[in-house]
Amino acid sequence: MNGRPYAIMAEFETPAAILRAADKVRGEGFRNWDVFTPFPVHGMDRAMGIRNSKVGWFSFIGGVTGYATGMLMIWFMNTLDYPIVIGGKPMFSPFAAFPPSYELTILFGSFGALLGMLFLNRLPRLHHPLLKNGRFKLASHDRFFVVIETNDPQYSETATRKLLESLGSRHVEFVEE
Amino acid sequence: MAEAAQIPTMSQPAPLVVHAPPAELEREPLVAGGHGIGWLSDTIAGVAEGSPKAWWKICFAISVTMMTVCFLCIAYLMSTGVGVWGLGHPVMWGFAIVNFVWWIGIGHAGTLISAILFLLRQKWRTSINRAAEAMTIFAVMCAGIFPLIHIGRIWYGYWLFPIPNSYSIWPQFRSPLMWDVFAVSTYFTVSVLFWYMGLIPDLAVMRDRAKTNVRKFGYGLFALGWTGSNRHWSNYEKAYLILAGLSTPLVLSVHSIVSLDFSVSQLPGWHTTIFPPYFVAGAVYSGFGMVLTLLVPLRRLLKLEEIITVRHIELMCKVTLLTGSIVGYAYVMEFFIAWYGGNPYEKFVFLHSRLADPFIIGPLYGIKPAPYWWAEWMMILCNVLVPQLFWFKKVRTSMIVVFMLSILVNVGMWFERFVIVVVSLHREFLPSNWGYYKPTWVDILQFLGTFGLFFTFFLLFIRYVPLIAIAEVKGVTPQANPHHPLGGAKMGGHHS
Repeated sequence: MNGRPYAIMAEFETPAAILRAADKVRGEGFRNWDVFTPFPVHGMDRAMGIRNSKVGWFSFIGGVTGYATGMLMIWFMNTLDYPIVIGGKPMFSPFAAFPPSYELTILFGSFGALLGMLFLNRLPRLHHPLLKNGRFKLASHDRFFVVIETNDPQYSETATRKLLESLGSRHVEFVEE
Repeated sequence: MAEAAQIPTMSQPAPLVVHAPPAELEREPLVAGGHGIGWLSDTIAGVAEGSPKAWWKICFAISVTMMTVCFLCIAYLMSTGVGVWGLGHPVMWGFAIVNFVWWIGIGHAGTLISAILFLLRQKWRTSINRAAEAMTIFAVMCAGIFPLIHIGRIWYGYWLFPIPNSYSIWPQFRSPLMWDVFAVSTYFTVSVLFWYMGLIPDLAVMRDRAKTNVRKFGYGLFALGWTGSNRHWSNYEKAYLILAGLSTPLVLSVHSIVSLDFSVSQLPGWHTTIFPPYFVAGAVYSGFGMVLTLLVPLRRLLKLEEIITVRHIELMCKVTLLTGSIVGYAYVMEFFIAWYGGNPYEKFVFLHSRLADPFIIGPLYGIKPAPYWWAEWMMILCNVLVPQLFWFKKVRTSMIVVFMLSILVNVGMWFERFVIVVVSLHREFLPSNWGYYKPTWVDILQFLGTFGLFFTFFLLFIRYVPLIAIAEVKGVTPQANPHHPLGGAKMGGHHS
């Protein structure tokens, strides 16, 4: 191994064990650490101290943009750029313009939610030290991992390892950069 | 303390004793067999990993052939013109619009399962949502073909979208047909986004299990580097909730807007305010019919009976019963308003053109049988009477009966679309404008061909993508619950 490893990784077998471990690791004051699970574990956000996700803002801005785009586009096209009388109807009516604008609200809002989620998670990221680790493949199967990065100010090669073992992890290993 | 608990005193009331619920009130588990979460990965991902079975190859060959027939018919239509269809005055909307409305309605069950049942916290949806969403996407693809080709000059199809063109004219947004373009294309796009986002963690499962480099690269690319980090899950779950919240008004709006194509016009039989909710209920009804048609044989062929359990099938039958009853109520309401509303044209359409059969109603009122009386009665039989059989548990738990009834559901819904489109059009206000519509062989082969398109995509889907949402099913097992003994919770603790 050249230099410092990327992180120390501890494996757990049940969601209850990982929840207890996360609570403890957070209590120790670590900052650059994470928990990896095959599915979202109920109560983990609270145990890790993660605040409410900001994805909603991306979706909200997308939705407002979509509605404004729809209304302005229809007003511009049917009133300003190419006005044409059809059945004596008004050139622009918010009622007729509503259905397409409503759909665009949902369309842009959905893109906001998906792209906002990817942006906040810094995805796609196809190269990651953990993805090279053979044991870590179990994180998508049936195992639960606590990973503490070595650049965390609290990190110590021996004490952190001891802490993770004391939490009941049967398998602790270092992850290469 | 033990004695104190047994002797109630004034200062210390007796502790509340909570008995375990009787066995008959216990709900059946969502995953039968008590399997762990690793088993779920192995079983579900295994479907997309092995080599294709003989039945898959046969079905795929048939589907691709039918799909080719569909495209050949489109080529014939494009090279010759819409005259190859059975259209003619006064029925200018024939099979194309019937099939469009039918296919798009089928899609609605997928979104209902993935979005509305998610918001209602119906955990059983996790076993079926992935396949149902895939069904939605492929059904909308089949639906989208028809309005595109029915415009006649398909190469001008882009005029439907607000794209600057050399004539510098714009689409006319005061028409419901224009709203439909936005509704359907948004519905397709958002369904794909929702489906793909749900797939990301499962593509990571496939990536981590992949043996060959091609699979590692392919699944790895589309998994976007998903690691299962809880900081990621936190954003992911929020985005999933928002997409479910956005898809719910979307799915209700799509078929409502499709129905406005009809109800905004002045034609008797179309011009009614009941259409939007009636179309949405019919759409969900037919969609659940299609989900049952697909999943009842698949769970058997792919040995997924422990994940898509009889309870899942029963619950879907109950939704079919509910929406079928709403559809039946809407039919009754339509006839009532046709009589109560006092509009002679409306009354004529419902009595003389729809209901008047040669055996009972026709002779009773002394009127000639309606030219399409069989379509109306097929629709009433399949959409009003057939779903009522789902009241019986024996029917709901017999897979072969459920399968046959689910096909009848969609036969009935196709006839409903036929009644609404063709039967309303074939007799206008003036008897000199009456006509009779008959489909040609191109109409029929094109419709059958879309099944080829649908099943080709669906078979490819079950072959390469996990057809059940692995991460979501894992999340609803007791093994995944940190407050359950199977999830590692300590017995006797405050969380046990």
